[in-house]
Order: sequence, then structure tokens, then C-alpha cells
Amino acid sequence: MAAALTVPSSAVDDLPEGTPIVAFDHVSIGFETHKVLTDISFSVARGETRIILGPAGCGKSTLMKLANGLLDPDAGEISIFGRKLSSMSEREVFAMRAHVGMVFQESALFDSLDVEDNVAYRLHEDKVPEDQIHDRVVEALRFVELEKAISKFPSELSGGMRRRVSIARAIITKPDLILYDSPTGGLDPITSTTIIELVVKQRDVSSTTSLLITHRLQDAFTLATHRWDTTTNSMQKIPNGDLDPNTKFLVLNEGHIVFDGTTRELTHSTDPWLKAYLE
Amino acid sequence: MSLFSPEAYAKSVVASVQEYSLLAGRAVGDLFSRPRYIADTFTQMDSIGVGSLPIVVLTGFFTGCVLALQAAVSLKEFGAVNMTGRLVALSMVKELGPVLTGLMVSGRNASGMASELGSMKVSEQIDAMRALGTDPIRKLVAPRIVATVFMLFFLTIISDACGTGGGALIAVTLLHLNGPAFFHTAYMSLVYGDVIEGLTKPLFSGFIIASIGCYYGLTTTGGTRGVGRATTQAVVVSSVLIILCDFLVTQFMIGIFGR
Ligand SMILES: Nc1ncnc2c1ncn2[C@@H]1O[C@H](COP(=O)(O)OP(=O)(O)O)[C@@H](O)[C@H]1O
Ligand SMILES: [Mg+2]
Repeated sequence: MAAALTVPSSAVDDLPEGTPIVAFDHVSIGFETHKVLTDISFSVARGETRIILGPAGCGKSTLMKLANGLLDPDAGEISIFGRKLSSMSEREVFAMRAHVGMVFQESALFDSLDVEDNVAYRLHEDKVPEDQIHDRVVEALRFVELEKAISKFPSELSGGMRRRVSIARAIITKPDLILYDSPTGGLDPITSTTIIELVVKQRDVSSTTSLLITHRLQDAFTLATHRWDTTTNSMQKIPNGDLDPNTKFLVLNEGHIVFDGTTRELTHSTDPWLKAYLE
Repeated sequence: MSLFSPEAYAKSVVASVQEYSLLAGRAVGDLFSRPRYIADTFTQMDSIGVGSLPIVVLTGFFTGCVLALQAAVSLKEFGAVNMTGRLVALSMVKELGPVLTGLMVSGRNASGMASELGSMKVSEQIDAMRALGTDPIRKLVAPRIVATVFMLFFLTIISDACGTGGGALIAVTLLHLNGPAFFHTAYMSLVYGDVIEGLTKPLFSGFIIASIGCYYGLTTTGGTRGVGRATTQAVVVSSVLIILCDFLVTQFMIGIFGR
């Protein structure tokens, strides 16, 4: 694919200092009958992990699809890597997505392809030579500790395994932005912890900018209070009750932003709704 | 349940037609630029063409048989039973071969496409494909349109041949007509215009089947129930459109060839 070969390997290297990776500017969207998001403005700096919290149905997934250009806002402006989505042509949006990895709420693996082809999907599309593809797929699957499932089909995997394959598929091209939609949703606590470990590892090893939706508060706080230790190759609690400085929060309710700030600001908030929600 | 509003209904129909036209137009436009998904096109050709072969052969064959039986009864009254071959061949090539093959393939493949793409839609695989940088219209719709148009053309020829063969078999075994004479009258009756007419129809039907099947698949909403609804609608709408289109092409061809 000629278009893919001409795009730079990183979308963020040439960005001027301080340009947000994701910026929403007074964005609103509604479906036929009702408004889902109203006047949403926030930005995500380079290297930041932005955790999006909120009750079910408040528009978190919708927000994430907007960020990847999968939906168009009714009003407002969304910029990714410093470029306005509305000013890009269809082809440019597809080229922009080459730098974005997305993990869907229900994994959204291709049923007709096995794990190897699912993970390799993007490499096949970019016409990467066959011999390199296999090695990179094994590497990505090793990251999510799922090498043994390489020749299985999605229907043969458990929910947690699907989620991990989905993460492998999203990170294989080393994207500059990762969007995780409820990566732990519907999973048992142990599998959830495994997935959160992967997110922390990706955050601290590759310092990729990311957006992460969750409705499990303990997952959010694990992310804020833990870091990846490369010497022991495991997730460790940050000592002295310190917090990861790059992890920030966005809380939505009924289509509005009710909180935008750091972990400490969130835990010290006096907003009654927020306090009740965090209980 | 809200009251039926003719205005809202008319608006939704117009919106669907517009959405469908955009989809079909973009799919055709995608054929003229890279990337093209050749491997997917061959996979579809295999599933549409080879997969539909048995039903097309069987329906073609038995339609020819029935035509021969029915034609002989009527023609006998005029003492023209020798014209059976002519009637079978003309009906098969101009009308029944193209239409029945179109309807059969529509039942099998428009539904298949709507349910496959519909399941992909409701399980977010279509969004995932876009998120991975692939245009689903290019990857899913365009190959299906090419494959269906191409394969339906040849399936129609096979159906015509099986129908004429079935008619001949009945004519010889049950009606005790002369086999070579059957084929001779059949062959002599067909002119250039008839063949062109019979082979133009599947081009339109193929396009209708694939584009309608994909349209209903890609616009599926409402979970697995929605997939069932999309499948049914795809078959109903494509079947009606195939017959409507058959009428229009026939009318047009009569205008050109005078028969
Ligand atoms: N494609 C769509 N068509 C119509 N309504 C939708 C669509 N997607 C989401 N919605 C509606 O938008 C609201 C927010 O959905 P979503 O973003 O999935 O919520 P969350 O992920 O926060 O649980 C819900 O009320 C949902 O019904
Ligand atoms: Mg959601």
C-alpha cells in the first residue's frame, strides 16, 4: 500500500513541544433521539494516560470513537496529533489511524481469521514481508503472554484471552496513541489485574499516550499507584504512596464532563456527586 | 408504539435510498483505485459461484423440464408440438434462466452477505476494521460486487444450458419428440438480441444482490435481532429489485431489438 509507506513512522516526533496528542474542543454529538455528549473539551498531553470514568451509558465509548474518527461530531472540533479531523480527507484519516491502536469493548476480533492473522492484520494491510510478520506477531503475543494461542480462532478463546489478543493487535505497529475501551469489562478480578499490568507495562516501557475507559475504580487506582519495574519485570506499587504523574482522570456523567484533573485532585474533590460516585 | 407517520416514513425511505446510492457509488469508485483486494474477490467468487452451482443447476434443469411439459400441452392443440424446443430455449435464455438464477443466488448470497456483514457490524468488527486503517467498503463491498456480477453471468449461462438440456430430456423421453430436431429448433429460434438480453440481465441482478446484501449488512443495528431483520430485508428487497430490473431491461431490449 503506497499510502502507508509514505507516512512517517511516528506521528508525534515532529510535533511542536506542548502540542496535545488528543484535543476535544466543545464537542457535542447525539444520535437520532437523544444527545449523548454535550460540549466536551479536554486535552491529552504526550505520554499521558487518561482514565475515563463514568456510569454505563454516559457516552464513554462514543467519546473514544470520536477520538479515532469513527464517528463525526455534530458540533465542535477534535484534533489528533495536532491536526483537525474535520480538515482531513478520508484517506488522511485512514493514514492517521495507522498511528492509533484501539482495543474495543467487546474485543471485536475478526471471527474469520485466526489469532495470528488477527494480530498481523495491519502488517498484512501494509504489505510487510511475510517472514517479518510472523516474528512480530510472536513478539506481540509474547507481550500479552499468549503465544500458545497463536493458531486458535477467536471463538475458541475466553473473554480475557480475546481482550489480550485485541491488545496485541492494537500494539503491534507500536502506535503513538492507544485507546482502550473497557479492557477489563466483564472479566474476573485476576484476569483484570493481568490486563491492567499489560496497560501499565505498555505505559511505562513504551511511554505511549493512551486513553482508557473503565468502570472499575480499583483498576483506575491501580494504574495511578503502580509502575512497571523493568528489573524484576513486574508491576510494583509506587513507594511512599506516590502517584504516577502521567496518569490523569476524566469523569463523565450524562454527557457532561464532571471532572478533569490529576489523581490527587480527584481524591480530594468536594463535589458531592463525585464523592458519591467514588464511594 | 407511536402512530404511523407517512411523512417520517417517506423521509426514511428517501434517506435509505440516498445512503444506498452513496454506498454503491463508492464501492464502484473504489474499483478504479488502489488498494484493491484481489484475494478477497477470489474468495467471494468461490463462495458465490462454486457454492451456488448445485442450486442453479438443479433449478435450471427442472425449470426446463416443466417448461417442456407445459409447452407441449399447449402446442399440441395447434399441432405445433415440434416447436417445444423453440419455446423452451427462448423462455430459458431470455427470461427464466436469468431471473431464476438471480432469485436463487439472491436467496443464498444476499442473505449471506447481509448476515455476515451484519454480524460484523453489531460486534464492532466493522469499526475495528476502520480503526485498523482499512476501508470496509473497499475490502468487503467492492469484492462482493465484482464477484457476484462476474459469477452470476456464468451461472446464468449454466442455468440456460441445464434448462435446455432438461427440456430436451423430457421431450425425448416423455413426449417422444426427435432429439436433434429439438435442439435444431431451439438453436434456430435464438437470435443475437435474445442472447444479449439474457446475458445483460445477470449483470444488473448481480450488482443488485451484492450491493443490497452489503447495504443491509452494513446498516444493521440492534444486535442479533437486527441481523435477522437485515437478512430478511436484503432477500426481499433484492428479489423485488431483480424482477423490476428484469422488466426494465426487457422493455429496453424490445426497444432496441424489436423482440
Ligand atoms: N450507534 C448508536 N446509535 C444510537 N445510539 C447510540 C449509538 N452508540 C451509542 N448510542 C447511545 O449513546 C449512549 C452512550 O453510549 P456509550 O458511549 O456506548 O456509553 P458507555 O460506553 O459510556 O457505556 C447510550 O445511550 C447509547 O444508547
Ligand atoms: Mg462503552
